[in-house]
Amino acid sequence: MGARLFGASVQRLEDARLVTGRGRYVDDIHPAGVVHAAFVRSSLAHGLIQSIDTSVARTMPGVLAVYVMSDFAAFASGPLPQLAPHPLIQGPITYEPLASGEVRHVGEAIAMVLATSRAEAEDAAERINLDIEPLPVAADLAHALDPDAPKARSERADNRLATLKTAFGDVAGTFARADHVLKETFTVHRGGCHSMETRGVIATFDADDRRLEMWTSSQSPYLVRRNLASYFGLDESAVRVRAPDVGGGFGPKAAVYPEEAAVALAAMMTGKPVKWIEDRSEHFLATTQQRDQIWELEVAASNDGRLLGVRGRCLHDNGAYAPYGAILPATALGSFPGPYALEALDISIDIVLTNLVPTTPVRGASRPSVAFVLERLADRVARHLGLPREEIRRRSFIRVEQMPYVTGTKARDGSPISYDSGDYTAALNLVLDKIDADGFAARRAEAASRGKLLGLGLASCVEDTGLGPFEGATVRVSSRGRVIVTTGAASQGQGHQTTLAQIAADALGVSLENVSVEAADSGKFPLGISTIASRVAVTAGSSVELAAQQVRRKALKTASHLLEAAEDDLEIENGVVFVKGASDVKVTLATLAQSLAGTAGMRLPGGIEPDLAATAYFESTALTFAHGSNACEVEVDPETGDVRITRYVVAHDCGRLINPLIVDGQIRGGVIHGIGNALYERMIHDDQGQPLTATYADYLLPMASEMPNIEIYHLESPSPRNPLGVKGAGEGGTIPAAACVISAIEDAIGPGGTFLRHHPISFEEVAGLIDTRTI
Amino acid sequence: MSDTRTISLTLNGAAKTAETDVRVNLADFLRHSLEATGTHVGCEHGVCGACTVIVDGQPVRACLMLAVQADGSTVETVEGLATDGALSDLQAAFSRHHGLQCGFCTPGMLMTLHAFLKEVPNPSETEVREAISGNICRCTGYQGIVAAALDVAASRKGA
Ligand code: FES
Ligand code: FES
Repeated sequence: MGARLFGASVQRLEDARLVTGRGRYVDDIHPAGVVHAAFVRSSLAHGLIQSIDTSVARTMPGVLAVYVMSDFAAFASGPLPQLAPHPLIQGPITYEPLASGEVRHVGEAIAMVLATSRAEAEDAAERINLDIEPLPVAADLAHALDPDAPKARSERADNRLATLKTAFGDVAGTFARADHVLKETFTVHRGGCHSMETRGVIATFDADDRRLEMWTSSQSPYLVRRNLASYFGLDESAVRVRAPDVGGGFGPKAAVYPEEAAVALAAMMTGKPVKWIEDRSEHFLATTQQRDQIWELEVAASNDGRLLGVRGRCLHDNGAYAPYGAILPATALGSFPGPYALEALDISIDIVLTNLVPTTPVRGASRPSVAFVLERLADRVARHLGLPREEIRRRSFIRVEQMPYVTGTKARDGSPISYDSGDYTAALNLVLDKIDADGFAARRAEAASRGKLLGLGLASCVEDTGLGPFEGATVRVSSRGRVIVTTGAASQGQGHQTTLAQIAADALGVSLENVSVEAADSGKFPLGISTIASRVAVTAGSSVELAAQQVRRKALKTASHLLEAAEDDLEIENGVVFVKGASDVKVTLATLAQSLAGTAGMRLPGGIEPDLAATAYFESTALTFAHGSNACEVEVDPETGDVRITRYVVAHDCGRLINPLIVDGQIRGGVIHGIGNALYERMIHDDQGQPLTATYADYLLPMASEMPNIEIYHLESPSPRNPLGVKGAGEGGTIPAAACVISAIEDAIGPGGTFLRHHPISFEEVAGLIDTRTI
Repeated sequence: MSDTRTISLTLNGAAKTAETDVRVNLADFLRHSLEATGTHVGCEHGVCGACTVIVDGQPVRACLMLAVQADGSTVETVEGLATDGALSDLQAAFSRHHGLQCGFCTPGMLMTLHAFLKEVPNPSETEVREAISGNICRCTGYQGIVAAALDVAASRKGA
């Protein structure tokens, strides 16, 4: 039977609930007797807590309890366990649930109030007096490693958390022999997460059974379970963590947060259900953020425009804690050499502690930064040699006949990275064709006649997806013939319920409506990792395929016994197993499930094991690499510097598409995220680490009125590394987008203008660049 | 010390009465006192539009309006869009055009466009984009939402 639903743009199963207001997000859950938490947070970026006066707060109306860290002594003490230990990081560099000694960024939680309503909890929180002795603040990444720099954490000798390195080839030789060596410094900026649903958590604790139950707006419910169980000394079987509907994640919701631990502790202390919903200002202060990085790089190139080598160093702002180990900077190393067939590479990344909110992966992690610097370097070489930007790429890209291509770098587990498939030049040519690059000169002249500057931007990338080890799945046929898929993989809007159902429905010959997907509940599926790094289609998708195929074989075997027909003569359609050519000789999947569910005193058919179900854990042992090229046109108003993106075209290859409607949605949202990074999103802190852009009046997000339509064209190079041939699609839109927009702005300003080395770029800056150029 | 009032309003055609603290905003009142959790709260400072509901025919940000101000009003929320279990044309178009991912901004988007399309039945793409320029969506890139609104406008015209 050929695939029927795989590859089809079917509408999402999730939608009917969500468009009618029947979604169930954490704040929609109200356990009986729930009490509400509010936190008191540090107003200083660095200081030592001298005293916390809670006496007035305790007497306020509705207040049940006020906690500081020492109140939790019976259940927990010290910092939370390191989530992703890294051999180079001496730790743990993690939060306590409530800070007890040193506070290290504005917004760090110090005390917690429980009250019958959130408003009362906040009223009381305002009456808690904190006495914090200020300490010198490390808020300047560029100087945080200077010998006399203030220390972000007083227990450490300096602000260098660790240095990561990657290298291959004869670096010195390549640079010595190269016709051209160019040196540039780039900066990329930390934006925020800004999922529309903020974080939120509910905890209940049964003191008799010592059982902890939580709902949390998380990408990683199983990591929350592992982390908190270990911290509280509970067996993981006594901790149930569920992620209900989650209103966007984008990375920061994959971390385990001190508030999750504090809310659980409050439930343990009181025996009551405790709820905390982050408000937007807390999101600005305490949810992890994107990436502040400074890259000093050299590129070696040949006269004919081939990129030969890249070397240099990155200063990476880690913020004050490393809840996530070194994953964010490590993704930068793993993103080299991008689509380029470099002979040599030498990159080191200094992970720097500052008194700012920690940075952890946000949509693409460090991949957008690396795409930005590599694409900028390619454009820099083009400019230097007077060659078209696309020619540099055509001459430097890894070619399709080189696949699989061993890059020279290493994966997180130490294994050599090899790109599996993809025609990078084809994607580039496709996107240039679709944006009509040949007609650009005429369009530019037309815009000039209206007094506008038109620019064409170009950016390409390769994206590692399908990070191991696994997300598992169980596929079970119920006694009514419904197919129930259970998995640990959490969703935050990616439509997994639909895509996983498509896979199971095809394998079992049932309609999509007959499949239910239950996910992200540690009470229903034993193991899970996290919905990060564009990995769920590869990992969970493949596991659903493997499990569903096992169930199919079991159904056919059972049916062959019941129908007295050979398995090979059987087919499944619409939930019915029948003999090919004799469709009245049949049995339903429901009957098969019932017969394998057992009847007292009766033998199972054919000695087949009970339960029409199977569980599979596809292990993703090697990354699979998506890629793409983007092109856009911007129209710049030379008076105001106003940048309008008039067209944005994506050529993208994520292997076989399970559901093009959903993949396109992922790409579109991702591109818009990258456009925000290029033009709007600024999380500014002053030299004392005080956030200056902590409302949506100051922190701008991309809005519908400014955003272009995104035209998408797919190439499909199936991955040989998983049974579905798929590659991840969640981040591929974001990764090249900022680079593409900046390249277009530079092109609009013209070849004599400034080479652009940073994002975001403001319209005022753009206007300034146009004023000073020589036309 | 907290001051309470009894609020009566019509929610999606049904009379509702509940007591509330005078400082509670309409979004929290709908969500917590009336258990109509379809309306979402994304920023509580009037920028994201997730809380948009329709009060006496006008779209408002329920986080910026006190519940007491809605006493005696007619309030429409996302829960009222479908009739007898059948999705409204706009809801169906959101699904068809993949105008939602996580669904968190969706109630506000739907209510904003529900009101807008009554006022401007035949909008241009630019007008649709302006209409939702006060609603943040972090997931979709807006394109599917815009396409859904234009599709509904076109099919209502043809109907
Ligand atoms: S919650 Fe009302 S506008 Fe954001
Ligand atoms: S669908 Fe997630 S914010 Fe719009």
